[in-house]
Amino acid sequence: MRRAVSTAVLTTAGVVVLLSLKPHHSTVLLSVPPVPGASSPGRAAGPPRDGTFTGAAVRTPYGPVRVAAVVRGGRLVAVRVIQVPSGTGRDQQIAGYAVPRLAREAIGADSARIDAVSGASYTSQGYIDSLQSALDRADG
Amino acid sequence: MADAGHRAGAIRHVEHVMGTVFSFDVRPPYGDGVRAALDEAVALLHRVDAVFSTYRADSAISRLGRGEVTVADCGAEVARVLARCARARRETGGWFSHTAAGRLDPSGLVKGWAVERASDLLHAAGARNCCVNGGGDLQLRGEAAQGVPWRVGVAHPLEPGALLTVVEGRDLAVATSGTAERGAHITDPHTGRPATALASVTVTGRRLARTDVLATALFAMGDGARERAASFDGHEVLAVTAAGAVWHTAGFPGAVAGGVSEVGVVRGGAVAARGAVVAGGW
Repeated sequence: MRRAVSTAVLTTAGVVVLLSLKPHHSTVLLSVPPVPGASSPGRAAGPPRDGTFTGAAVRTPYGPVRVAAVVRGGRLVAVRVIQVPSGTGRDQQIAGYAVPRLAREAIGADSARIDAVSGASYTSQGYIDSLQSALDRADG
Repeated sequence: MADAGHRAGAIRHVEHVMGTVFSFDVRPPYGDGVRAALDEAVALLHRVDAVFSTYRADSAISRLGRGEVTVADCGAEVARVLARCARARRETGGWFSHTAAGRLDPSGLVKGWAVERASDLLHAAGARNCCVNGGGDLQLRGEAAQGVPWRVGVAHPLEPGALLTVVEGRDLAVATSGTAERGAHITDPHTGRPATALASVTVTGRRLARTDVLATALFAMGDGARERAASFDGHEVLAVTAAGAVWHTAGFPGAVAGGVSEVGVVRGGAVAARGAVVAGGW
């Protein structure tokens, strides 16, 4: 059974996360409470509490997916995957690609301020394309 | 929003050395002596490279490895580093080794140690808030701005340019070992073969030399890293397997708050909710 996603969910100014489960392009939508920031200075909705907010399980063609949003200091800092489908080769793909993307997009959507990047040692050549390189070029 | 404010007046420097890139980021307030300390730190990195590089045939380490000189000939600094390497090898049950495959190579400790020393130089000169990043391994002192912790993105090992998570903290060391840039370059000291079970391991701690060593050792452990990860006091671990699954220790900073503990992915698991969330779907 398919229930249309309410557009109201999209306009809550909260963080909206899309999880694409290819190849069928099914989409899981998660919305967490609005977080105050530069783009939404109003606190009319009240500041979000710190903590881990666990969503309801969402059915996908591959099985249930459940995620939790971690809010700290009024900011979304991580998305944890609590439950992913198991028992098929497909779940490897979901865990391997869709789930990290989910977390990344959630963090990105919050315009997280990043001061530096930790990653497997880059070569001098690799550095040029790195996020750290972009940060080093930022105005001091 | 706060980027400009946080970074205004920061001293930044990028140095290509040791086959990688070191980034310095000193945040105000700092005294006049900090710029001289930065020059000193950069000179230190080049000196460390000249002494410890395994890529330079004339370095003390290369000559020591060939048996041309003794440890005593190489000076106190080399002796100290090799002693630390030996201690690290003991503490990790041999999963970190500077003598794997019978070849002397302390590089796994030297870079983190050099970053730590560079950071110490800056700190002693009055840079209470500074970040030294040696090829993705960081020593952070103080905070990014008054009342604002440093925020360190952890690069996703399987998706170039993407972040896996963000670590927040003060006076923190963050080290990541992985295959992303250099391929399978960490070998299992017990077999001599490349470690391939994990895509990356990120470790946090207070001081980078030890933190970096643990990242290397846990990476080499592969599948065995998960049960050992919580056994290193003062350190937290986040890992991505070669298949893309993610796990971390309960206290990994920035990754966990409250009820969810220990795991990034639990198949069929359930966790007590501390709040409500709106979920849409079908």
